[in-house]
Formats: sequence, structure tokens, C-alpha cells
Amino acid sequence: MNVLIWVAVALIGGAGSVARFLLDGVVSAAAERDFPFGTMAVNISGAVILGLLSGLALGHTEALLAGTAAVGSYTTFSTWMLETQRLAEERQYRKAIANVVVSLVLGVAAAALGQLIGTHL
Amino acid sequence: MPYPAGASSPSGRARVVLPRRDRREIAAIFAGGALGTAARAGLAEAFPHSATQWPWPTFTVNIVAAFLLGYFVTRLQERLPLSSYRRPLLGTGLCGGLSTFSTMQVEILKMLSAHAWGLAAGYIAASVVAGYAAIHLATALVRRVRVRR
Repeated sequence: MNVLIWVAVALIGGAGSVARFLLDGVVSAAAERDFPFGTMAVNISGAVILGLLSGLALGHTEALLAGTAAVGSYTTFSTWMLETQRLAEERQYRKAIANVVVSLVLGVAAAALGQLIGTHL
Repeated sequence: MPYPAGASSPSGRARVVLPRRDRREIAAIFAGGALGTAARAGLAEAFPHSATQWPWPTFTVNIVAAFLLGYFVTRLQERLPLSSYRRPLLGTGLCGGLSTFSTMQVEILKMLSAHAWGLAAGYIAASVVAGYAAIHLATALVRRVRVRR
């Protein structure tokens, strides 16, 4: 594993994080509701893409750059949990539980759909 | 608590075009995201695991990132003066890049495909419970320090 690949991992990770910020902003502004649709949109779309990549049977370096670096940085676990905890803190328990359950159900389904598409490409 | 890119827009409408003043914010997110991603990828490369083993690298970065995000966001929102780059650098960038949702979902999918139902259920439950607890703990910690001062 050479230095160039790790530089690429960092740069791609930076770009993935910026892409997450931009999409989250667009979706959140469009939804304008007290529910974190932006993070959900980012996470579910990322699960589809990573599922697709896992179905493609990429080489090690390709999987590291496209999967771990690009899609991995694009999606986020920490913000998902923060938004859930803040909803619960505001006693919006239904929204908090929905944010966890819907993300998980759609996330696994999205990854499965992506993998199905990937294996047939 | 989503933080829209166009939050400072007077019209409040969603914009795809980036305003000039947001360039510094974007640079901070890029830098934090690059660092977080390198750390996560390094850990994933150092500790490879099979589909039916507990995914320690992903689990660890996710819980650590959740704790850090809870700490940073609470501290920056409720304690420190407003800053244009700390939250994008440390929260959106570093913690967002360090943690990952998609890898977790694909790991769960692989566990389910291998019929490792218990492992999948345990991984989901442990991630959600520990992630939530990490945010809660970090938040409480910051607020307690504030009250004492």
C-alpha cells in the first residue's frame, strides 16, 4: 500500500464529506420539517451505491478508494445518532424511533438492491 | 438538526449554487473529512474481518465518532462563541468522515446473507445503543462542566 493511495483516500474522503454536506443542505431545505430527512437521504443513497460496489467484486484498491473512502465518508453514523438523540431530548420519541428504524430498514434494503444491481452488471 | 448549506440565505430557499462566504466552510469540511476518512480506512485495512466476525473497525469508529460529535456540537453550540469553521471542521468533516452508515449496512447485509442472524441483530442493537449512549454521555459531560463554572 503506497503513500499515493493513502493521499487519494484522504482527498476522496474530503470530497465525500463535502458531497454529504451539500446534499443534506439541499434535501433539508426542500423538506423543511422537523425531521432529519437530509441525513436519511444521504445514508440511504450511500447504502445503494456501496451495495452496488460490493456486488461488482472490485479489486482491493478499487474497493478501498470507491467504497471505504468515497461512499464511506459520504454517509454518516454520528450525525444519524446525534439527530436521533436530539429528537428524543425534545421528547419527539416517535420521530426518534422512526429515524432509527426507517434508516435501518431502508438502509439494508437499499444495500441489497444495490448489490442485486451490481451482480447483474 | 440538519444544518442546511443554504441556512444563511435570506429567502430560505434551497440553493445548489455555492455562495462565496461558504468556501471557508467547505474547505473546513474537506480537511476534517479527509482526516476522518484516512483514520477509518487505516483501521479497516489494519483489522480485516470475515462477514461472520464482529466488525470491530466500523463499530469502533462509529461509536468514537458519535461521542466526539456529541461533545463538539454541544460545546460549540452551547458553550463557545460562534465560529465559522470549528463545527464544519470537527463535526461535519472529522466525525462525518470518521463514521460510516453505508459500510455498516453492507456488513449487516453480508451477515444476513451468511444466515448469521444473531450476529446481525447484535451488531444493529449494539451500534444503536452504544451510538446513542455515546452522544448522550458526551452531551451530559459538556453540560455538567458548564454548570460547575
